[in-house]
Amino acid sequence: MDSLYLLIPLSVALVLAILAIFGWALHGGQFEDLESEAERILTDEVGPLDSGQAPEQRQREQSRGSN
Amino acid sequence: MASSAAMAAPAASARQTDGVYTDTAVRLFALAAVLWGVVGMLVGVIIAAQLTWPQLNFGIPWLSYGRLRPLHTNAVIFAFGGSVLFATAYHVVQRTCQTRLFMPGLALFTFWAWQIVIVAAAISLPLGLTQGKEYAELEWPIDLLIAVVWVSYAIVFFGTIGTRKVRHIYVANWFFGAFIIAVALLHIVNSVAIPASLTKSYSAYAGVQDAMIQWWYGHNAVGFFLTAGFLGIMYYYIPKQAGRPVYSYRLSIVHFWALIFTYMWAGPHHLHYTALPDWAQSVGMVFSLVLLAPSWGGMINGIMTLSGAWHKLRDDPILKFLIVSLSFYGMSTFEGPMMSIKTVNALSHYTDWTVGHVHSGALGWVGLISMGALYYLIPRLFGRNTMYSVKAIELHFWIATIGIVLYIAAMWIAGVMQGLMWRAVNPDGTLVYTFVESVKATFPYYVVRLLGGLLYLSGMLIMAWNVVMTVRSGKVAHAPIPVVAVAHA
Repeated sequence: MDSLYLLIPLSVALVLAILAIFGWALHGGQFEDLESEAERILTDEVGPLDSGQAPEQRQREQSRGSN
Repeated sequence: MASSAAMAAPAASARQTDGVYTDTAVRLFALAAVLWGVVGMLVGVIIAAQLTWPQLNFGIPWLSYGRLRPLHTNAVIFAFGGSVLFATAYHVVQRTCQTRLFMPGLALFTFWAWQIVIVAAAISLPLGLTQGKEYAELEWPIDLLIAVVWVSYAIVFFGTIGTRKVRHIYVANWFFGAFIIAVALLHIVNSVAIPASLTKSYSAYAGVQDAMIQWWYGHNAVGFFLTAGFLGIMYYYIPKQAGRPVYSYRLSIVHFWALIFTYMWAGPHHLHYTALPDWAQSVGMVFSLVLLAPSWGGMINGIMTLSGAWHKLRDDPILKFLIVSLSFYGMSTFEGPMMSIKTVNALSHYTDWTVGHVHSGALGWVGLISMGALYYLIPRLFGRNTMYSVKAIELHFWIATIGIVLYIAAMWIAGVMQGLMWRAVNPDGTLVYTFVESVKATFPYYVVRLLGGLLYLSGMLIMAWNVVMTVRSGKVAHAPIPVVAVAHA
Protein backbone atom coordinates (compact mmCIF):
# COMPACT_ATOMS: atom_id res chain seq x y z
CA MET A 1 0.00 0.00 0.00
CA ASP A 2 2.49 2.57 -1.22
CA SER A 3 -0.16 5.29 -1.45
CA LEU A 4 -0.53 5.19 2.33
CA TYR A 5 3.10 6.31 2.60
CA LEU A 6 1.89 9.51 0.95
CA LEU A 7 -1.51 9.88 2.61
CA ILE A 8 -0.52 9.11 6.20
CA PRO A 9 2.40 11.60 6.42
CA LEU A 10 0.19 14.13 4.63
CA SER A 11 -2.57 13.65 7.21
CA VAL A 12 -0.14 13.82 10.12
CA ALA A 13 1.39 17.03 8.73
CA LEU A 14 -2.11 18.43 8.28
CA VAL A 15 -3.13 17.58 11.84
CA LEU A 16 0.04 19.26 13.14
CA ALA A 17 -0.75 22.32 11.01
CA ILE A 18 -4.32 22.36 12.31
CA LEU A 19 -2.97 22.11 15.88
CA ALA A 20 -0.61 25.02 15.24
CA ILE A 21 -3.40 27.17 13.83
CA PHE A 22 -5.66 26.20 16.73
CA GLY A 23 -2.88 27.19 19.14
CA TRP A 24 -2.47 30.53 17.39
CA ALA A 25 -6.22 31.14 17.54
CA LEU A 26 -6.42 30.16 21.20
CA HIS A 27 -3.45 32.24 22.38
CA GLY A 28 -4.13 35.07 19.95
CA GLY A 29 -7.40 35.80 21.76
CA GLN A 30 -9.75 34.62 19.03
CA PHE A 31 -11.98 32.86 21.58
CA GLU A 32 -12.03 35.51 24.30
CA ASP A 33 -15.39 37.22 23.93
CA LEU A 34 -17.54 34.80 22.01
CA GLU A 35 -21.01 36.12 22.82
CA SER A 36 -20.46 39.62 21.44
CA GLU A 37 -18.74 38.18 18.34
CA ALA A 38 -21.84 36.07 17.67
CA GLU A 39 -23.96 39.26 17.88
CA ARG A 40 -21.69 41.36 15.72
CA ILE A 41 -22.70 39.85 12.38
CA LEU A 42 -26.24 41.12 12.88
CA THR A 43 -25.02 44.70 12.50
CA ASP A 44 -22.44 44.33 9.74
CA GLU A 45 -24.52 45.89 7.00
CA VAL A 46 -26.55 49.00 6.34
CA GLY A 47 -27.90 47.89 2.99
CA PRO A 48 -31.46 47.04 1.93
CA LEU A 49 -33.21 45.36 4.81
CA ASP A 50 -36.18 43.15 5.41
CA SER A 51 -38.45 42.62 8.37
CA GLY A 52 -36.14 39.97 9.81
CA GLN A 53 -33.57 42.49 10.96
CA ALA A 54 -33.03 44.79 13.88
CA PRO A 55 -35.32 47.87 13.95
CA GLU A 56 -32.53 50.31 14.83
CA GLN A 57 -30.79 49.23 11.64
CA ARG A 58 -33.88 49.93 9.58
CA GLN A 59 -34.13 53.41 11.12
CA ARG A 60 -30.55 54.06 10.17
CA GLU A 61 -31.34 52.88 6.68
CA GLN A 62 -34.34 55.19 6.44
CA SER A 63 -32.37 58.18 7.74
CA ARG A 64 -29.91 57.65 4.90
CA GLY A 65 -32.73 58.55 2.56
CA SER A 66 -33.24 57.14 -0.88
CA ASN A 67 -30.20 58.81 -2.51
CA MET B 1 -12.12 55.94 6.05
CA ALA B 2 -15.54 57.52 6.05
CA SER B 3 -16.75 58.95 9.34
CA SER B 4 -20.07 57.91 10.80
CA ALA B 5 -21.54 61.29 9.82
CA ALA B 6 -20.58 60.68 6.22
CA MET B 7 -22.22 57.29 6.43
CA ALA B 8 -25.45 58.72 7.81
CA ALA B 9 -25.82 61.46 5.21
CA PRO B 10 -25.95 60.83 1.47
CA ALA B 11 -22.26 61.08 0.74
CA ALA B 12 -20.51 62.38 -2.36
CA SER B 13 -20.26 59.63 -4.91
CA ALA B 14 -16.46 59.37 -4.85
CA ARG B 15 -16.49 59.01 -1.10
CA GLN B 16 -19.33 56.52 -1.18
CA THR B 17 -17.53 54.26 -3.65
CA ASP B 18 -14.63 54.28 -1.28
CA GLY B 19 -16.77 52.89 1.48
CA VAL B 20 -18.76 50.12 -0.17
CA TYR B 21 -18.26 46.39 -0.31
CA THR B 22 -16.97 44.99 -3.62
CA ASP B 23 -19.85 42.78 -4.69
CA THR B 24 -19.44 42.45 -8.47
CA ALA B 25 -17.99 38.94 -8.20
CA VAL B 26 -20.65 38.02 -5.62
CA ARG B 27 -23.39 39.20 -7.98
CA LEU B 28 -21.97 37.33 -10.99
CA PHE B 29 -21.43 34.11 -9.07
CA ALA B 30 -24.92 34.27 -7.52
CA LEU B 31 -26.56 34.59 -10.95
CA ALA B 32 -24.28 31.93 -12.47
CA ALA B 33 -25.25 29.57 -9.64
CA VAL B 34 -28.93 29.81 -10.62
CA LEU B 35 -28.13 29.20 -14.30
CA TRP B 36 -25.87 26.20 -13.62
CA GLY B 37 -28.36 24.87 -11.08
CA VAL B 38 -31.00 24.68 -13.81
CA VAL B 39 -28.57 23.10 -16.31
CA GLY B 40 -27.09 20.58 -13.86
CA MET B 41 -30.47 19.46 -12.53
CA LEU B 42 -31.85 19.20 -16.08
CA VAL B 43 -29.01 16.83 -17.01
CA GLY B 44 -29.80 14.89 -13.82
CA VAL B 45 -33.42 14.50 -14.89
CA ILE B 46 -32.32 13.37 -18.37
CA ILE B 47 -30.06 10.63 -17.00
CA ALA B 48 -32.73 9.55 -14.49
CA ALA B 49 -35.04 9.12 -17.50
CA GLN B 50 -32.31 7.18 -19.35
CA LEU B 51 -31.97 4.76 -16.44
CA THR B 52 -35.73 4.20 -16.59
CA TRP B 53 -35.96 4.00 -20.40
CA PRO B 54 -32.49 3.28 -21.88
CA GLN B 55 -33.79 3.98 -25.41
CA LEU B 56 -33.50 7.68 -24.49
CA ASN B 57 -29.78 7.39 -25.33
CA PHE B 58 -31.03 7.57 -28.97
CA GLY B 59 -27.87 5.64 -29.89
CA ILE B 60 -25.87 8.89 -29.84
CA PRO B 61 -22.54 8.39 -28.02
CA TRP B 62 -22.34 11.88 -26.52
CA LEU B 63 -25.86 11.55 -25.11
CA SER B 64 -25.09 8.21 -23.48
CA TYR B 65 -25.53 7.76 -19.74
CA GLY B 66 -21.83 7.12 -19.13
CA ARG B 67 -20.90 10.54 -20.51
CA LEU B 68 -23.84 12.56 -19.22
CA ARG B 69 -23.57 11.23 -15.67
CA PRO B 70 -20.20 12.94 -14.98
CA LEU B 71 -21.58 16.03 -16.72
CA HIS B 72 -24.47 16.03 -14.20
CA THR B 73 -22.24 15.54 -11.16
CA ASN B 74 -19.71 18.14 -12.30
CA ALA B 75 -22.44 20.64 -13.15
CA VAL B 76 -24.32 20.38 -9.87
CA ILE B 77 -21.28 20.07 -7.58
CA PHE B 78 -18.71 22.36 -9.16
CA ALA B 79 -20.77 24.67 -11.37
CA PHE B 80 -23.83 25.16 -9.13
CA GLY B 81 -22.33 24.37 -5.72
CA GLY B 82 -19.01 25.99 -6.61
CA SER B 83 -20.64 29.23 -7.77
CA VAL B 84 -22.70 29.34 -4.57
CA LEU B 85 -19.55 28.87 -2.49
CA PHE B 86 -17.62 31.57 -4.35
CA ALA B 87 -20.54 34.02 -4.06
CA THR B 88 -21.20 33.40 -0.38
CA ALA B 89 -17.54 33.25 0.68
CA TYR B 90 -16.83 36.60 -1.05
CA HIS B 91 -19.98 38.06 0.52
CA VAL B 92 -19.50 36.72 4.04
CA VAL B 93 -15.78 37.42 4.34
CA GLN B 94 -16.30 41.11 3.52
CA ARG B 95 -19.21 41.56 5.96
CA THR B 96 -17.62 39.70 8.84
CA CYS B 97 -14.23 41.38 8.34
CA GLN B 98 -15.94 44.74 7.64
CA THR B 99 -13.61 45.44 4.77
CA ARG B 100 -13.55 45.21 0.98
CA LEU B 101 -12.32 42.20 -0.95
CA PHE B 102 -8.56 41.90 -1.22
CA MET B 103 -7.69 42.24 -4.94
CA PRO B 104 -11.22 42.53 -6.41
CA GLY B 105 -9.75 42.13 -9.91
CA LEU B 106 -8.49 38.69 -8.98
CA ALA B 107 -11.95 37.84 -7.65
CA LEU B 108 -13.38 38.73 -11.08
CA PHE B 109 -10.69 36.57 -12.66
CA THR B 110 -11.87 33.61 -10.52
CA PHE B 111 -15.38 34.17 -11.89
CA TRP B 112 -14.50 34.17 -15.58
CA ALA B 113 -11.88 31.41 -15.27
CA TRP B 114 -14.36 29.25 -13.33
CA GLN B 115 -16.91 29.74 -16.12
CA ILE B 116 -14.27 28.62 -18.64
CA VAL B 117 -13.68 25.48 -16.52
CA ILE B 118 -17.43 24.79 -16.54
CA VAL B 119 -17.81 25.28 -20.29
CA ALA B 120 -14.71 23.15 -20.95
CA ALA B 121 -16.26 20.41 -18.78
CA ALA B 122 -19.58 20.70 -20.61
CA ILE B 123 -17.78 20.16 -23.93
CA SER B 124 -15.13 17.59 -22.98
CA LEU B 125 -17.27 15.22 -20.89
CA PRO B 126 -19.90 14.47 -23.59
CA LEU B 127 -17.00 13.96 -26.03
CA GLY B 128 -15.87 11.16 -23.73
CA LEU B 129 -12.65 12.85 -22.58
CA THR B 130 -12.19 11.74 -18.99
CA GLN B 131 -9.58 10.70 -16.45
CA GLY B 132 -12.08 8.15 -15.20
CA LYS B 133 -11.90 9.32 -11.59
CA GLU B 134 -15.26 9.99 -9.98
CA TYR B 135 -15.82 13.72 -9.30
CA ALA B 136 -12.35 14.34 -10.82
CA GLU B 137 -13.07 13.37 -14.41
CA LEU B 138 -11.75 16.51 -16.08
CA GLU B 139 -8.59 16.13 -18.15
CA TRP B 140 -5.27 17.63 -17.16
CA PRO B 141 -5.41 21.04 -18.96
CA ILE B 142 -8.72 21.80 -17.18
CA ASP B 143 -7.26 20.48 -13.91
CA LEU B 144 -4.41 23.00 -14.24
CA LEU B 145 -6.86 25.85 -14.77
CA ILE B 146 -8.86 24.70 -11.71
CA ALA B 147 -5.64 24.83 -9.66
CA VAL B 148 -4.95 28.40 -10.85
CA VAL B 149 -8.51 29.51 -10.02
CA TRP B 150 -8.30 27.88 -6.63
CA VAL B 151 -5.03 29.54 -5.69
CA SER B 152 -6.50 32.91 -6.78
CA TYR B 153 -9.60 32.19 -4.68
CA ALA B 154 -7.33 31.49 -1.69
CA ILE B 155 -5.38 34.73 -2.26
CA VAL B 156 -8.57 36.81 -2.38
CA PHE B 157 -10.15 35.07 0.62
CA PHE B 158 -7.14 34.96 2.94
CA GLY B 159 -6.02 38.40 1.76
CA THR B 160 -9.38 39.77 2.88
CA ILE B 161 -9.00 37.99 6.23
CA GLY B 162 -5.51 39.48 6.52
CA THR B 163 -6.78 43.03 5.93
CA ARG B 164 -9.81 42.69 8.23
CA LYS B 165 -10.97 45.60 10.37
CA VAL B 166 -12.19 43.48 13.27
CA ARG B 167 -9.80 41.34 15.27
CA HIS B 168 -12.06 38.31 15.62
CA ILE B 169 -12.42 35.93 12.66
CA TYR B 170 -16.08 34.87 12.53
CA VAL B 171 -16.68 31.10 12.58
CA ALA B 172 -18.10 31.01 9.03
CA ASN B 173 -14.71 32.18 7.75
CA TRP B 174 -12.97 29.29 9.48
CA PHE B 175 -15.23 26.88 7.62
CA PHE B 176 -14.73 28.66 4.28
CA GLY B 177 -10.97 28.83 4.88
CA ALA B 178 -10.67 25.11 5.71
CA PHE B 179 -12.76 24.29 2.63
CA ILE B 180 -10.50 26.35 0.35
CA ILE B 181 -7.23 24.90 1.69
CA ALA B 182 -8.48 21.30 1.82
CA VAL B 183 -9.90 21.37 -1.71
CA ALA B 184 -6.62 22.77 -3.06
CA LEU B 185 -4.70 19.93 -1.41
CA LEU B 186 -7.15 17.21 -2.48
CA HIS B 187 -7.36 18.42 -6.06
CA ILE B 188 -3.61 18.66 -6.52
CA VAL B 189 -2.73 15.28 -4.95
CA ASN B 190 -5.53 13.36 -6.72
CA SER B 191 -5.04 14.95 -10.14
CA VAL B 192 -1.32 14.21 -10.51
CA ALA B 193 -1.11 12.61 -13.94
CA ILE B 194 1.27 12.01 -16.82
CA PRO B 195 -0.09 13.67 -20.00
CA ALA B 196 0.02 11.53 -23.14
CA SER B 197 -1.58 14.19 -25.33
CA LEU B 198 -3.65 17.34 -24.88
CA THR B 199 -6.78 15.29 -24.22
CA LYS B 200 -5.40 12.15 -22.58
CA SER B 201 -3.40 11.52 -19.43
CA TYR B 202 -2.63 8.65 -17.09
CA SER B 203 -2.94 8.87 -13.31
CA ALA B 204 0.35 8.84 -11.41
CA TYR B 205 -1.10 6.07 -9.22
CA ALA B 206 -2.24 2.59 -10.26
CA GLY B 207 -4.63 -0.11 -9.09
CA VAL B 208 -5.63 -0.10 -5.42
CA GLN B 209 -3.18 2.77 -4.78
CA ASP B 210 -5.17 4.86 -7.22
CA ALA B 211 -8.43 3.74 -5.60
CA MET B 212 -7.18 4.79 -2.15
CA ILE B 213 -6.02 8.23 -3.36
CA GLN B 214 -9.23 8.63 -5.36
CA TRP B 215 -11.51 7.98 -2.37
CA TRP B 216 -9.34 9.95 -0.01
CA TYR B 217 -10.08 12.74 -2.49
CA GLY B 218 -13.67 11.70 -3.13
CA HIS B 219 -14.86 11.55 0.43
CA ASN B 220 -12.98 14.66 1.50
CA ALA B 221 -14.51 16.47 -1.46
CA VAL B 222 -17.84 15.62 0.19
CA GLY B 223 -16.45 16.63 3.58
CA PHE B 224 -14.85 19.90 2.61
CA PHE B 225 -16.51 21.04 -0.64
CA LEU B 226 -20.06 19.90 0.13
CA THR B 227 -19.96 20.11 3.94
CA ALA B 228 -17.43 22.57 5.39
CA GLY B 229 -18.10 25.22 2.74
CA PHE B 230 -21.85 24.97 3.15
CA LEU B 231 -21.52 24.99 6.95
CA GLY B 232 -19.84 28.37 6.48
CA ILE B 233 -23.00 29.43 4.64
CA MET B 234 -25.13 27.99 7.44
CA TYR B 235 -23.30 29.86 10.22
CA TYR B 236 -23.74 33.22 8.51
CA TYR B 237 -27.07 33.15 6.69
CA ILE B 238 -29.19 31.39 9.31
CA PRO B 239 -28.37 33.95 12.05
CA LYS B 240 -28.81 36.78 9.53
CA GLN B 241 -32.14 35.57 8.21
CA ALA B 242 -33.42 34.71 11.69
CA GLY B 243 -32.17 38.06 13.05
CA ARG B 244 -30.56 36.40 16.07
CA PRO B 245 -27.07 35.09 16.86
CA VAL B 246 -26.21 31.43 16.47
CA TYR B 247 -27.57 29.27 19.35
CA SER B 248 -24.13 28.58 20.83
CA TYR B 249 -21.13 30.30 19.36
CA ARG B 250 -18.92 28.20 21.63
CA LEU B 251 -20.39 25.00 20.15
CA SER B 252 -19.81 26.32 16.63
CA ILE B 253 -16.09 26.58 17.38
CA VAL B 254 -15.96 23.08 18.89
CA HIS B 255 -17.91 21.91 15.81
CA PHE B 256 -15.33 23.39 13.47
CA TRP B 257 -12.20 21.98 15.10
CA ALA B 258 -13.75 18.56 15.77
CA LEU B 259 -14.94 18.28 12.16
CA ILE B 260 -11.67 19.17 10.49
CA PHE B 261 -9.60 17.02 12.87
CA THR B 262 -11.63 13.90 12.11
CA TYR B 263 -12.70 14.21 8.47
CA MET B 264 -9.54 13.28 6.59
CA TRP B 265 -9.67 9.50 7.20
CA ALA B 266 -13.27 8.62 6.35
CA GLY B 267 -12.47 7.87 2.68
CA PRO B 268 -11.68 4.12 2.92
CA HIS B 269 -15.36 3.39 3.68
CA HIS B 270 -15.87 3.69 -0.10
CA LEU B 271 -13.58 0.66 -0.54
CA HIS B 272 -15.06 -1.90 1.91
CA TYR B 273 -14.47 -5.52 0.83
CA THR B 274 -12.01 -4.51 -1.89
CA ALA B 275 -8.26 -5.11 -2.29
CA LEU B 276 -7.64 -2.31 0.24
CA PRO B 277 -6.09 -3.79 3.44
CA ASP B 278 -8.70 -4.66 6.08
CA TRP B 279 -7.15 -2.40 8.69
CA ALA B 280 -7.45 0.62 6.37
CA GLN B 281 -11.11 -0.22 5.77
CA SER B 282 -11.69 -0.44 9.54
CA VAL B 283 -9.92 2.88 10.13
CA GLY B 284 -12.23 4.44 7.55
CA MET B 285 -15.27 2.99 9.28
CA VAL B 286 -14.22 4.15 12.77
CA PHE B 287 -13.50 7.70 11.61
CA SER B 288 -16.83 7.79 9.77
CA LEU B 289 -18.65 6.78 12.97
CA VAL B 290 -16.77 9.42 14.99
CA LEU B 291 -17.94 12.06 12.49
CA LEU B 292 -21.51 11.65 13.67
CA ALA B 293 -20.74 13.67 16.81
CA PRO B 294 -19.46 16.94 15.27
CA SER B 295 -22.00 16.70 12.44
CA TRP B 296 -24.95 16.49 14.79
CA GLY B 297 -23.46 19.14 17.07
CA GLY B 298 -23.47 21.52 14.13
CA MET B 299 -26.93 20.56 12.99
CA ILE B 300 -28.44 21.06 16.46
CA ASN B 301 -26.60 24.36 16.81
CA GLY B 302 -28.04 25.63 13.52
CA ILE B 303 -31.61 24.53 14.17
CA MET B 304 -31.61 25.75 17.79
CA THR B 305 -30.69 29.22 16.53
CA LEU B 306 -34.44 29.54 16.02
CA SER B 307 -35.07 28.52 19.66
CA GLY B 308 -37.67 30.91 21.07
CA ALA B 309 -38.50 32.24 17.60
CA TRP B 310 -40.00 29.19 15.96
CA HIS B 311 -42.88 31.28 14.63
CA LYS B 312 -40.47 32.80 12.09
CA LEU B 313 -40.33 29.39 10.42
CA ARG B 314 -44.04 29.62 9.67
CA ASP B 315 -43.92 32.96 7.86
CA ASP B 316 -40.49 33.02 6.27
CA PRO B 317 -39.91 30.66 3.33
CA ILE B 318 -36.18 31.48 3.24
CA LEU B 319 -35.82 30.23 6.81
CA LYS B 320 -37.73 27.10 5.79
CA PHE B 321 -35.09 26.42 3.15
CA LEU B 322 -32.24 27.02 5.60
CA ILE B 323 -33.63 25.05 8.54
CA VAL B 324 -35.01 22.10 6.55
CA SER B 325 -31.63 21.83 4.82
CA LEU B 326 -30.15 21.21 8.27
CA SER B 327 -32.63 18.45 8.99
CA PHE B 328 -31.52 16.74 5.77
CA TYR B 329 -27.92 17.34 6.85
CA GLY B 330 -28.70 15.58 10.12
CA MET B 331 -30.38 12.71 8.29
CA SER B 332 -27.59 12.11 5.83
CA THR B 333 -24.83 12.49 8.44
CA PHE B 334 -26.61 9.81 10.49
CA GLU B 335 -27.18 7.57 7.48
CA GLY B 336 -23.57 7.96 6.24
CA PRO B 337 -21.86 6.61 9.37
CA MET B 338 -24.41 3.76 9.50
CA MET B 339 -23.63 2.85 5.88
CA SER B 340 -19.90 2.94 6.63
CA ILE B 341 -20.33 0.01 9.10
CA LYS B 342 -18.95 -2.94 7.17
CA THR B 343 -21.92 -5.26 7.77
CA VAL B 344 -24.40 -2.58 6.63
CA ASN B 345 -22.15 -1.73 3.69
CA ALA B 346 -22.17 -5.38 2.59
CA LEU B 347 -25.86 -4.85 1.85
CA SER B 348 -25.86 -1.23 0.68
CA HIS B 349 -22.72 -1.01 -1.45
CA TYR B 350 -23.23 -0.77 -5.23
CA THR B 351 -27.01 -0.42 -4.76
CA ASP B 352 -29.23 2.62 -5.30
CA TRP B 353 -29.28 3.15 -1.54
CA THR B 354 -25.93 4.91 -2.01
CA VAL B 355 -27.48 7.09 -4.72
CA GLY B 356 -30.35 7.93 -2.36
CA HIS B 357 -27.91 8.77 0.45
CA VAL B 358 -25.89 11.08 -1.77
CA HIS B 359 -29.02 12.86 -2.95
CA SER B 360 -30.45 13.33 0.53
CA GLY B 361 -27.24 15.25 1.19
CA ALA B 362 -27.05 16.88 -2.22
CA LEU B 363 -30.68 17.87 -2.82
CA GLY B 364 -31.64 18.21 0.84
CA TRP B 365 -28.61 19.77 2.47
CA VAL B 366 -26.46 21.42 -0.22
CA GLY B 367 -29.32 22.30 -2.57
CA LEU B 368 -31.74 23.75 -0.02
CA ILE B 369 -29.15 25.73 1.92
CA SER B 370 -27.77 27.14 -1.36
CA MET B 371 -31.22 28.20 -2.48
CA GLY B 372 -31.94 29.77 0.92
CA ALA B 373 -28.66 31.70 0.82
CA LEU B 374 -29.29 32.84 -2.78
CA TYR B 375 -32.81 34.01 -1.87
CA TYR B 376 -31.21 36.03 0.93
CA LEU B 377 -28.41 37.40 -1.26
CA ILE B 378 -29.95 38.21 -4.63
CA PRO B 379 -32.50 40.87 -3.58
CA ARG B 380 -29.84 42.62 -1.48
CA LEU B 381 -27.37 42.61 -4.36
CA PHE B 382 -29.97 44.25 -6.58
CA GLY B 383 -31.25 46.89 -4.18
CA ARG B 384 -34.51 45.23 -3.15
CA ASN B 385 -35.86 44.22 0.24
CA THR B 386 -37.21 40.87 -0.93
CA MET B 387 -37.38 38.68 -4.00
CA TYR B 388 -39.87 39.65 -6.72
CA SER B 389 -42.29 37.00 -5.45
CA VAL B 390 -42.16 35.68 -1.88
CA LYS B 391 -45.04 33.31 -2.68
CA ALA B 392 -42.89 31.73 -5.39
CA ILE B 393 -40.18 31.03 -2.78
CA GLU B 394 -42.77 29.24 -0.66
CA LEU B 395 -43.95 27.25 -3.68
CA HIS B 396 -40.36 26.38 -4.59
CA PHE B 397 -39.75 25.15 -1.05
CA TRP B 398 -42.69 22.75 -1.03
CA ILE B 399 -42.09 21.42 -4.55
CA ALA B 400 -38.40 20.84 -3.79
CA THR B 401 -39.12 19.15 -0.46
CA ILE B 402 -41.71 16.78 -1.94
CA GLY B 403 -39.28 16.04 -4.77
CA ILE B 404 -36.50 15.12 -2.33
CA VAL B 405 -38.77 12.86 -0.26
CA LEU B 406 -39.94 11.00 -3.38
CA TYR B 407 -36.36 10.67 -4.61
CA ILE B 408 -34.77 9.34 -1.44
CA ALA B 409 -37.68 7.09 -0.42
CA ALA B 410 -37.65 5.45 -3.87
CA MET B 411 -33.90 4.91 -3.70
CA TRP B 412 -34.03 3.49 -0.16
CA ILE B 413 -36.57 0.87 -1.19
CA ALA B 414 -34.80 0.14 -4.48
CA GLY B 415 -31.40 -0.10 -2.78
CA VAL B 416 -32.41 -2.46 0.03
CA MET B 417 -34.36 -4.57 -2.46
CA GLN B 418 -31.36 -4.81 -4.82
CA GLY B 419 -29.03 -5.69 -1.95
CA LEU B 420 -31.34 -8.45 -0.73
CA MET B 421 -31.90 -9.84 -4.24
CA TRP B 422 -28.16 -9.92 -5.03
CA ARG B 423 -27.26 -11.79 -1.86
CA ALA B 424 -30.17 -14.30 -1.93
CA VAL B 425 -28.84 -17.83 -2.42
CA ASN B 426 -30.59 -21.17 -2.92
CA PRO B 427 -29.81 -24.07 -0.55
CA ASP B 428 -27.47 -25.47 -3.23
CA GLY B 429 -25.48 -22.23 -3.22
CA THR B 430 -26.66 -20.82 -6.56
CA LEU B 431 -28.06 -17.29 -6.82
CA VAL B 432 -31.84 -16.95 -6.55
CA TYR B 433 -32.00 -13.95 -8.89
CA THR B 434 -30.14 -13.00 -12.02
CA PHE B 435 -28.85 -9.41 -12.11
CA VAL B 436 -31.33 -8.38 -14.77
CA GLU B 437 -34.20 -9.48 -12.53
CA SER B 438 -33.08 -6.92 -9.96
CA VAL B 439 -32.93 -4.28 -12.73
CA LYS B 440 -36.50 -5.10 -13.79
CA ALA B 441 -37.70 -4.99 -10.18
CA THR B 442 -36.18 -1.51 -9.81
CA PHE B 443 -38.17 -0.02 -12.70
CA PRO B 444 -41.09 1.45 -10.67
CA TYR B 445 -38.67 3.08 -8.23
CA TYR B 446 -36.76 4.64 -11.11
CA VAL B 447 -40.05 6.16 -12.30
CA VAL B 448 -40.70 7.61 -8.83
CA ARG B 449 -37.11 8.91 -8.66
CA LEU B 450 -37.56 10.59 -12.04
CA LEU B 451 -40.74 12.22 -10.75
CA GLY B 452 -38.88 13.47 -7.65
CA GLY B 453 -36.11 14.87 -9.84
CA LEU B 454 -38.63 16.56 -12.12
CA LEU B 455 -40.26 18.25 -9.12
CA TYR B 456 -36.89 19.42 -7.85
CA LEU B 457 -36.00 20.80 -11.30
CA SER B 458 -39.39 22.56 -11.50
CA GLY B 459 -38.63 24.28 -8.22
CA MET B 460 -35.32 25.46 -9.63
CA LEU B 461 -37.09 26.82 -12.72
CA ILE B 462 -39.47 28.77 -10.49
CA MET B 463 -36.40 30.15 -8.73
CA ALA B 464 -34.80 31.12 -12.06
CA TRP B 465 -37.96 33.01 -13.08
CA ASN B 466 -38.11 34.72 -9.69
CA VAL B 467 -34.44 35.73 -9.94
CA VAL B 468 -34.88 37.15 -13.45
CA MET B 469 -37.88 39.21 -12.31
CA THR B 470 -35.99 40.39 -9.20
CA VAL B 471 -32.97 41.49 -11.22
CA ARG B 472 -35.14 43.20 -13.85
CA SER B 473 -37.11 45.16 -11.26
CA GLY B 474 -34.05 46.02 -9.17
CA LYS B 475 -30.80 47.79 -9.84
CA VAL B 476 -27.24 47.06 -8.83
CA ALA B 477 -26.90 48.12 -5.19
CA HIS B 478 -23.70 49.16 -3.46
CA ALA B 479 -23.71 48.18 0.20
CA PRO B 480 -21.82 50.67 2.39
CA ILE B 481 -19.36 49.35 4.95
CA PRO B 482 -20.46 50.33 8.46
CA VAL B 483 -17.84 52.01 10.59
CA VAL B 484 -16.33 49.59 13.05
CA ALA B 485 -17.84 50.39 16.44
CA VAL B 486 -14.94 49.36 18.64
CA ALA B 487 -11.33 50.04 17.70
CA HIS B 488 -9.68 46.78 16.78
CA ALA B 489 -6.34 45.85 15.35
